[in-house]
This record gives sequence, structure tokens and C-alpha cells, in this order.
Amino acid sequence: MILLLEQLLNGLQFGVMLFLMAAGLTLVFGIMGLINLAHGSLYMIGAYAAAWATLQTGSFLLGLLAGLTAAAVIGMALEAAILRRLYAREHLDQVLATFGVILFCNEAVAMIFGRQPLMAGPPAWLSGSVEIVPGVPYPVYRLAIIATGLVVAAGLYLLISRTRIGMLVRAGATHRELVGALGVRIGLLYTAVFGLGALLAGLAGALTGPLLAVQVGMGERILITTFVVIVIGGLGSVRGALAGAMLVGMVDTLTRGFLPAALRAVLPASEADALGSGLSSMAVFILMAIVLLWRPRGLFPAHA
Amino acid sequence: MSVLTRRAALAAAATLAAPAILRAQAAPLKIGFVTTLSGPGGYLGADIRDAFQLAIENNTLGGTPVQLLVEDDGLRPAQAKQIVDRFLKTERVKLFTGVVFSNVMEAIAPDVLDEGGIYVSANAGPSSLAGRGCHRNYFVVSWQNDTLHESAGENANRLGHKRVFVLAPNYPAGRDAITGFKRFFKGEIAGEIYTRLDQTDYAAEMAQIRAANPDAVFQFHPGGLGIAFIRQYQQAGLGGRIPMVVSSPSLDSTTLNAVGDAALGIEVSAQWNSDFDNPVSKKFVADFQARYNRIPTYYASQGFDTALAIAAALRGTGGRVDDTEAFRREMLKANFQATRGKFRFGPNQHPIQDWYAIRPERGADGKLFLKTQGRVLADRGDAYAEQCKI
Repeated sequence: MILLLEQLLNGLQFGVMLFLMAAGLTLVFGIMGLINLAHGSLYMIGAYAAAWATLQTGSFLLGLLAGLTAAAVIGMALEAAILRRLYAREHLDQVLATFGVILFCNEAVAMIFGRQPLMAGPPAWLSGSVEIVPGVPYPVYRLAIIATGLVVAAGLYLLISRTRIGMLVRAGATHRELVGALGVRIGLLYTAVFGLGALLAGLAGALTGPLLAVQVGMGERILITTFVVIVIGGLGSVRGALAGAMLVGMVDTLTRGFLPAALRAVLPASEADALGSGLSSMAVFILMAIVLLWRPRGLFPAHA
Repeated sequence: MSVLTRRAALAAAATLAAPAILRAQAAPLKIGFVTTLSGPGGYLGADIRDAFQLAIENNTLGGTPVQLLVEDDGLRPAQAKQIVDRFLKTERVKLFTGVVFSNVMEAIAPDVLDEGGIYVSANAGPSSLAGRGCHRNYFVVSWQNDTLHESAGENANRLGHKRVFVLAPNYPAGRDAITGFKRFFKGEIAGEIYTRLDQTDYAAEMAQIRAANPDAVFQFHPGGLGIAFIRQYQQAGLGGRIPMVVSSPSLDSTTLNAVGDAALGIEVSAQWNSDFDNPVSKKFVADFQARYNRIPTYYASQGFDTALAIAAALRGTGGRVDDTEAFRREMLKANFQATRGKFRFGPNQHPIQDWYAIRPERGADGKLFLKTQGRVLADRGDAYAEQCKI
């Protein structure tokens, strides 16, 4: 029971992290129709900038600020310099070009920071663990990530459903041409949306930095899972991204946590371990297949 | 000196000098160096490459002009196979080294060996290529994977642990790790988890360790994976409560630097450490630090030893690799002083060597470093040697 509670928190924390990544990716896809493989690079840039600034200044908050700024500024520069030319192109062109951006970013980061992983720990006031219920110490830093993610999710909800920018974003997702025809400066809106997406990816990167190792290529790992999230949630839908992220986070963590043990009850230990670890690494993809069979456009499709 | 002897001396000098001149004029010997330079395992390949290059003096290795063709496999076996194919077909490379990860090795070794090439491993030593799958032209200078973790198993015995929880990624070297640990560890296994090789968040595993409450944890997570694992272990409140016994891939000098104080109390075992007190190792550590401005990891020492082994073989064959049997004879002599001290090849052309317990300690300058404690295993070959028929 205590183990289940801890694993649920782990799943929630992973889901929140995936949501920060998926929200930006799905917004950019929903509004600009762009498949942006380089989203993972912005995550890496955020993590590197944050870790570097934290190590230089000794302040976690300054590091966080640096991570957010770097990801948003580089993201918008990338949009203006390269990605803008891709909106009208086919998806294959977009995939090829943004894959090129990944290679460029990885090499550039390796040249600047080297291939040795960079490591800045959580600040003293967030390290250590607290007992959420007696006997279950849980890392404070992970609780802080959960809280931040939930606040950001609520903020995004308000931004999209209650503000003028949000209205344009929603309109842009469903009636792209009409928004342009009504005289909205669509180029500026695109850059702003891309910047917001990059900011969220940078936030995810800056927050994970103290937890994982900050290294070249870290973006590609999370990118694949992020794509699974937005496919499950429905391309272009922020609500879908939230639902998909929570679902993937929970399924991944819980199958990893409990499937091998459950299989060991019915199979010999060595086979159970092999099968269990195999199945749990496939679990999110199986989940995606099931969701797509049931709802081919995802849970909350944007262009319904 | 009579005319006759002077003439004889001149003739002798001319004969001796001639092949050297011919060799210098010929195209340099190409060495295919396929390694992992990007991703979380990127610094492993970089350390092996940098140390290998340190051993090359004036573009020669063992008196033979060489050209190192370095390519990054990105820890993708398919990509490594493409590089090897290009090296074999268009670059006409005969001699290969550099691979870091065992899954890459399992993919490329057959390609190299089937084409009549030679492979000398500076790191990966998967069990599949050590026993029945051994080959006359496949040499391993580092270790057979299992033995790394056998040393950790023996270390756990020495430390008196009775119930140990074991974790490793689900790929060839990870499975070798758990097999190796269990082969020597005499106590009970409290739990066994195979993680994913692309996993960096171990929160779910930490919860399971806490629930099992073992005497100690053995884990194998090389490179960046190990950094994440150790930090999260500390953050989950397990560090200091449940001791950790690992072998060198899970805590090298780079990861030690990255995890800092969270590494204190971890018991490590390795075949080499940067404080080894022999002249070759001391000079290597000093030269490496002077050129690259960082402390070499044990991966670097293996890259250097591999270069020394190849240099010794080339010196013996006069720089020729086309006669693979002649190269093999010279290689197996292991006519070089390794940074790790004692070194010789066993019957399956994998090393027979000593293993040492090492431990992170705080130096006089306040920085953490790995300090050698004592020998864990002496003259250890590997469990697969007897299955190898060559």
C-alpha cells in the first residue's frame, strides 16, 4: 500500500514532466501544423543553461531563470530563422529539417560544454526528503516538480480559455486561415506560441537537470515518449496533452514497478524478469495502440 | 676496425634501415575506431579515444605509421554496422578497436571477423564472444564483462553483506553484470530488476529497493545512467541507509565528480585506478592530465593499454596486419607494461588480471577521489574461457 502510494507519486511526477514537454509540442503542431523534432533540443538547452548558470552563480533560481530565458530566446530565434520556412512544406520536409536541427544542437552543445555530463544539484532548501505519510520519505525536489507542473497546467488552462491570446491560439488551432483573414498578425502569433512551447520545454529541462544527468542527447529520449503522449492525447490539444501525459506517466511507472513482481507469481523468476522488463518498456506503446484502436484521433482531438 | 668488418657493419646497418625507410614511405596503417561519442555514454568513448591518441607518438604506434579513423556510433548498433561496412569496403581497414557498449560489439564483431579483420577491444567484453563464440582474431584488453561484476560480488562477500538487491539495464552487458555478480556473491538475492538502457529516472526502482529493505544494493549503470542512479538514490533517502556495492562502470572518476558527496560510502571494484603506483600508470595519468586537463577514467586506462598492446604486436610483425596469424602470435605475447600492472591473455584471448577494491575518499584539497584499498581477486580469467576452442 505504501509502495503503491510512492509509485503513484512517481507516476504523477513523470506525467507532469511529460506534460510540460507535450504542451509545447502539441501547441506548435496544432497551430502551425509543424512536426518539431527539435523540441527535445530546446529541453536540452534549458537543462544546460540552467545547470551552467546554477554552477556559476550558486543560485538555483537564477539557474532556472537562465534555463527558461535560453530556451525561449533560442526557440524563437530558431523559429524566425529556420522553422518559419517549413510551415507550408510537407511533414517529411519538416521532419528532415528539424532532425538536422537536433544534430546541430547536439554538436554545438558538445563543443561548448564538452561531452562530460554537467551536474548541478537541487538547492539545499529542496534537497532531502519528507515523510508524506509515516514511513514513506519522498524527495522534496520531486514534490516541488509536481507542484510546479500542476501550477503551470492551471496557468495554461487560464491562458488558453480566458485570455485574448488564448482565444487566438484556440482559433488558430481549428480555423487557421480564418484567423489570418481576420487581420491577426499570424507571424507574430506563431513566434509567440513557439516561444511559449520552447519556454515550457526549457522549464522541463531546467527542472529535470538536478534529478538526471545533463548531457548531450538527453532530449531525444524524452522526445519519443512525448510524441506518444500527444498521439494518445490528440494532436494539437493541450487538454489531451495533460490527459495523455498523466496516463503515460502512470502506466510507465506502475508497469515498471509492479509488472515483474506480478509475473513472478505465475512464472519462474528469470522468465518473469525478462518478460516483465520487456513488457514494461513496451507498455506505453501498447497503451498508444489500444487508444488509437478505440479513438483513432486520440482522446481529445483538437480539430474535431 | 678492419675493412671487412666495417663493410659488414655498413651492410648490416643498410639491411636494418631499409624496411624502416620503406615502411615510412608506405601509406599509414588505418585503424578503424568505432566508438560512442554522443549521448549519455559519450564521455566513455571520448576517454578511450583520447587515451589511445596519447599512446600514438608522431603518428606512429609501435614504430608503424598509423592513421586513426574515429567515428561515432551514437550507441546504435545499426549505425555502427554501417560505419564498419564502409571502413571494410572503401577504406580497406583491417584493424578495429574502440567499441564501448556490448550490444554494439555483438553487432559489429561478426562483420569485422568474417571479412578477415582483427578486433581488439578496449572496453566491451560480452559473454557471447568469450566462450563458444570466441575467435582467433578477436582480442579483449579490457575485461570479460562478467569479471567486472564478479569482483563486486566478491567485494560484497568481504564486506559481509547477506541480502543484496541487484539492478542492471536490460542489454547484453547488463545481463552479464548480474550473472557475474551472482557467480561470486554467496548471500541471498533480495530482488532483481532489469532497467531500460535508455532510462534515466529510477524513482520506481528506488521505491522497490526501499520496500525490499536489503543489506546492500548492487547496481550496474555505466556513464550518465550511473550519475542519475546515485543522485536519485541519495535524494530518495537511501544513501547512507542501504550501502551500495558496485564495479567501476557505475562509479568512475567522472561520475564521482558529478555526483559529489552522494558517492561517499559506495564500495567499488576495478582492475585499474588512477592512484596505481607503477611507472607506466603514473606517467599515463600525468600525461593525460597535462594534455586533456582532466583525471583519466578507468576507460581511458583501457584505451591506453589497448594502444600499447597493439603497438607491441605491430612492433613484432614489423607493422604488418595482413598475416593475421603472425599478428595473433605477437599479440598474445602481450609484450608491454600495462597501466594496470600484471596483464596476460587467457586461452580465449581475454585478460587474466587482478581486481582491486577502491573507495571514494576526500583528499587533502577537499575534493573527492578514488582510493585503492586492496586486492579482491588475483589472476582472475573468466568463466567462459574453457568453452572456447581455438
